[in-house]
Amino acid sequence: MKDVKVLGPGCKRCQTTQDMVLAQAERLGVPVHVEKVTDYAAIAGYGIASTPGIVIDGKVVHAGGLPKEDDIARWLTA
Amino acid sequence: MSIGTSPAPQAGPSRPNPRLWVAGAVVFVLVWFALYGQLVPFSNRVVSLLPLERGSHLEEAIRFFVYDTPKVLMLLTLVVFGMGVVRSFFSPERTRALLAGRRESAGNVAAAGLGVVTPFCSCSAVPLFIGFVSAGVPLGVTFSFLIAAPMVNEVALGLLFALLGWKVALTYLVFGLGVAIVAGWAIGRLHLEGWLEEWVRTIRSEVAELPAEDVTVVDRIKAGIEAVKDIVGRVWVWIIAGIAAGAFIHGYVPADLLATIMGRDAWWSVPAAVLLGIPMYSNAAGIIPVVEALIGKGAAVGTVLAFMMSVIALSLPEMIILRKVLTVRLIAVFVGVVGLGILGVGFLFNALLA
Repeated sequence: MKDVKVLGPGCKRCQTTQDMVLAQAERLGVPVHVEKVTDYAAIAGYGIASTPGIVIDGKVVHAGGLPKEDDIARWLTA
Repeated sequence: MSIGTSPAPQAGPSRPNPRLWVAGAVVFVLVWFALYGQLVPFSNRVVSLLPLERGSHLEEAIRFFVYDTPKVLMLLTLVVFGMGVVRSFFSPERTRALLAGRRESAGNVAAAGLGVVTPFCSCSAVPLFIGFVSAGVPLGVTFSFLIAAPMVNEVALGLLFALLGWKVALTYLVFGLGVAIVAGWAIGRLHLEGWLEEWVRTIRSEVAELPAEDVTVVDRIKAGIEAVKDIVGRVWVWIIAGIAAGAFIHGYVPADLLATIMGRDAWWSVPAAVLLGIPMYSNAAGIIPVVEALIGKGAAVGTVLAFMMSVIALSLPEMIILRKVLTVRLIAVFVGVVGLGILGVGFLFNALLA
């Protein structure tokens, strides 16, 4: 089970990012638990400066702008 | 981390061909210039087809609208595309790494410059602010970045260059950066770290180590296309509204009226323009057609630029977002310092061009 956190104050891109992660996880058959982090202090705690950010199993893998589908697949299967 | 063992998604025939993408981008630019050259005959033709009295106010207004709408939209598309490609070389995280631990003066200059090229959306303003401050970027340097980013943006520069010429665009760039540098420096000198919201002061985060992403030429072109979809898709309404306002001014507002109110002799017009700009919220794309029409009617350039800077850099919605991290006192200082800087630019400009 991959633990995925999507960091973002709740803008449109953050929602899109979450949907993309879920879609890729389903396509690859990877079980995931996706959680949204919208609290500014919590987001800052991950050390990023732009949103949306993605954290997988406690490790920041992406920050700022929509991620690429290929990259999501790579992170989920790594 | 072994990538070799994971199934490579979307490998094979769908791999984009870089040459094809670059060729596509070149063709797009060529077609753009060909179309752009046809805009004057096109708008003349459209206006001549309409049942309008020659030389009437209405004809003048409609001519301005019919010519400016495609012109501004085309220019915006090209500039935003180019800037989208340039910005794919920068990220807020990289900019932060460049600015962390900088000394103030040099740091303010670097921050203002990086503010122009770093991709940054307003919904990221708060994470960016905290991310910068908590990683050791001085408060004043962070402000230089936050002032330059919206004020000296690609939309403002590209449209000024196209509609008012390179001199105005260059001056705007220099003075816009100047205000960001000086205002940020002044805020740094005041040592207002204690005026941040309590929880922001206590955050000391580790800087995230992001894995290097492999960015290809195709990705950069795609970034340009995404930027066009995003920005042009969002601001076209503002542009049409701005051009309609500009068309009205162009066709109906008498020149001597504007020369009296916004001309060089009326000293009070600069502070009035700055104050008027604060509650007005538009972005560069909407305000520039108005600026073009005002200058065409004899308003002083310094006054008009001060108005434009105030509308773009001092916006109420941004202050409401920043209220989450700044105390009201700090926001007041921010508005005061930036407002004074813009005021200075307006007066200086009017004096220089007298």
